[in-house]
Amino acid sequence: MGGTSTEKLVIKNKRLDGRKLNEMRKLSIKAGIIPNADGSAELALGETKVIAAVYGPREVLPKHLQKQDRAYLECIYDMASFSTPERNRPGPSRRSVEISKVITEGLAPAIFLEKYPKTKIDIYLEITNANAGTRCAAMTAAAVALADAGIEMRDLVASIASGKVDGQLALDLAQKEDNFGEADVPIAVMPRTKEITLLQMDGDLTKEELQKIIQMNLKACDEIYKVQKQALKNSYKGASKNGE
Amino acid sequence: MDKIYVKDRDIVVPGDLLAEGLNYLPSGKAFRENEKIFASTIGLINIKGRVIKVIPLAGKYMPKKDDIVVGRVIGISHHGWQIDINSAYNADLNVGEGVSEYIDLNKTNLSKYFDIGDYMLAGIINISESKFVKLTAKNRPYKKLAGGNIIEVSPTKIPRIIGKQGSMIKMLKEESGCNVAVGQNGWIWIKGIPENEAIVARIIKTIEAESHTTGLTDKIKETLKKEIKRGGK
Amino acid sequence: MGNKVIKKYLTELLSKDKREDGRTLDSYRDIKIEVNPIIRANGSAKVTIGKTEVLVGVKLDVGEPFPDTPNQGVLISNAELLPLASPKFESGPPRPPAIELARVVDRGIRESKMIDLEKLCIKEKEKVWMVFIDIYPLNDDGNLFDASALGALIALKNAKMPKYDEKEEKVIYEELTKEYLPLTEEPVLCTFYKIGSSIFLDANKKEENEIDCRISIAVTKKNTIAAMQKGEFGTFTEKEINSLIEKAIQKSKELRKFIK
Repeated sequence: MGGTSTEKLVIKNKRLDGRKLNEMRKLSIKAGIIPNADGSAELALGETKVIAAVYGPREVLPKHLQKQDRAYLECIYDMASFSTPERNRPGPSRRSVEISKVITEGLAPAIFLEKYPKTKIDIYLEITNANAGTRCAAMTAAAVALADAGIEMRDLVASIASGKVDGQLALDLAQKEDNFGEADVPIAVMPRTKEITLLQMDGDLTKEELQKIIQMNLKACDEIYKVQKQALKNSYKGASKNGE
Repeated sequence: MDKIYVKDRDIVVPGDLLAEGLNYLPSGKAFRENEKIFASTIGLINIKGRVIKVIPLAGKYMPKKDDIVVGRVIGISHHGWQIDINSAYNADLNVGEGVSEYIDLNKTNLSKYFDIGDYMLAGIINISESKFVKLTAKNRPYKKLAGGNIIEVSPTKIPRIIGKQGSMIKMLKEESGCNVAVGQNGWIWIKGIPENEAIVARIIKTIEAESHTTGLTDKIKETLKKEIKRGGK
Repeated sequence: MGNKVIKKYLTELLSKDKREDGRTLDSYRDIKIEVNPIIRANGSAKVTIGKTEVLVGVKLDVGEPFPDTPNQGVLISNAELLPLASPKFESGPPRPPAIELARVVDRGIRESKMIDLEKLCIKEKEKVWMVFIDIYPLNDDGNLFDASALGALIALKNAKMPKYDEKEEKVIYEELTKEYLPLTEEPVLCTFYKIGSSIFLDANKKEENEIDCRISIAVTKKNTIAAMQKGEFGTFTEKEINSLIEKAIQKSKELRKFIK
């Protein structure tokens, strides 16, 4: 936010990439792409690409992190060095550490952690190509990877970021809209129960605008939810045929 | 009103609504929230009367009482062995459950029975609330698994590898001349001549990958016959 | 830490010239190449060898040359063994295996003079192009060396220079020119693995876990050797090394067919 662009980002209700204001970028998800992982998924939201891998439940190391009554959940969000216009120095940054934390907290409510006492569930999220909305894309992919790992869940988690661009509310911000827009609101939700598990906001919005954006995001998450479920079902479709 | 939303062999994912009403009962990886029943994992629906069961299609091995597992010794202590059972929880094999004869613990090196890195076929005799897993390995069919090859498959595919009434595994043993021990934890031990140990490993991986195809046992039997001949006994 | 049961099994099996997945000792698993899957990278490649998968990206930037090579561009190679790719990898700064992997890949490229670094000089002593090769394994099922080297080679070959605003002295990262990197060579890496007295190519993870040692050999288009690296605790004889050099030259011709 807060940057200034000489370029108009919305012209006659059309955005730079040709989308309408309430239009999401093309979303595709594939489950089960990393053989070593217990669960995995690859997601593309327009040009934003993320790979999610889940390992666990497995032994907790070091042992003092062990929780007696539930699993210890840890997500690590990371950006590949070549995922951004200017090379991004490998390794954690203050930004990635904060994102990892809010993602962990945004996924935890969906998982029956209490079914896996004294274990650890690791979620690794790698952004391979960044074009805004990476934390939301990562969460959406993570939920699919968790389900692909066979981990017991109350629901999936779907996530998207919307905001305000050139004075208008827009769904699923792309890079320039994120950089030069007036506000950005990432949300994650369990679509079945409508419980919001992640909410951040930066920029400047009126109460009405903010409420409208939240509503817009939640509606989009219902669509994302369908794509998530379909990705999982595609990955296991052979299983419904009778074996013997 | 009572209502069911799925049919036998449907694939469901976490959060899918399966049924409504207190008349239905959740089983396997299904859970109730008030009047409604939902799936908690990716799984296959199995309906028996009022019971709606979700059979998981993925997931790591979670130990259960009476399971038969292939385990690997990772530690030896004063009172027995610590065993990796391909799970987040390691298991304990006490001296009394590992060896039938009387042992003077002060004079005996336990590694002479099971050494670090040795494999065994063992049974889970108890699992406590806080997930302490206890094994037994002293009576048949439990035993030390000496030599051979070890492979890993998804624990959810084990029933398919065993086959109906053990038909698949019986065929594998007969055609290959190998001894095979299958653990419900996803580890499988294969013992024969090395060439055949490799062939059986490859074939089991094929079963794992193609577990949904019909007439698999016959197909596998054919491939196995060809391979064994080519490999030379 | 190896697995003594599996080590014994593999030693016997390999001594009979057999492998669990049905391959011969001198064959690779199926190789697949995807060129430029990463839009943000200047060049990228995804290499799949069996179930091993590596993503390599090349990024270009402008910086200062090293004082001892004031008229040459800078090459920096890095590998991240992300915990995403294997239950054995841990998060944190690169450990010795990641550093060795990056350096072995780097050495083949550097010593074969694959990149004409002098052509990457913008202004002597002040501004040169910097070439960053970043290696990200996505699934480690053995032989990351050959997969990473092939990925780096293909990513470099397909990398386009970004626009450089000479007046402002700024790289415009988001605008790529039609110009490719100045390349002169194509080094191919072949890694041989040894268990007992058997030597074989392209170890899968089950095999790699039990190896006594390995040797990586980088072969140029002219069939000369540009770099070598022996690794792990075991040993090779002189006779073995001589025969492996010969085999690497032969095998590199086969691998060259995958270069796009």
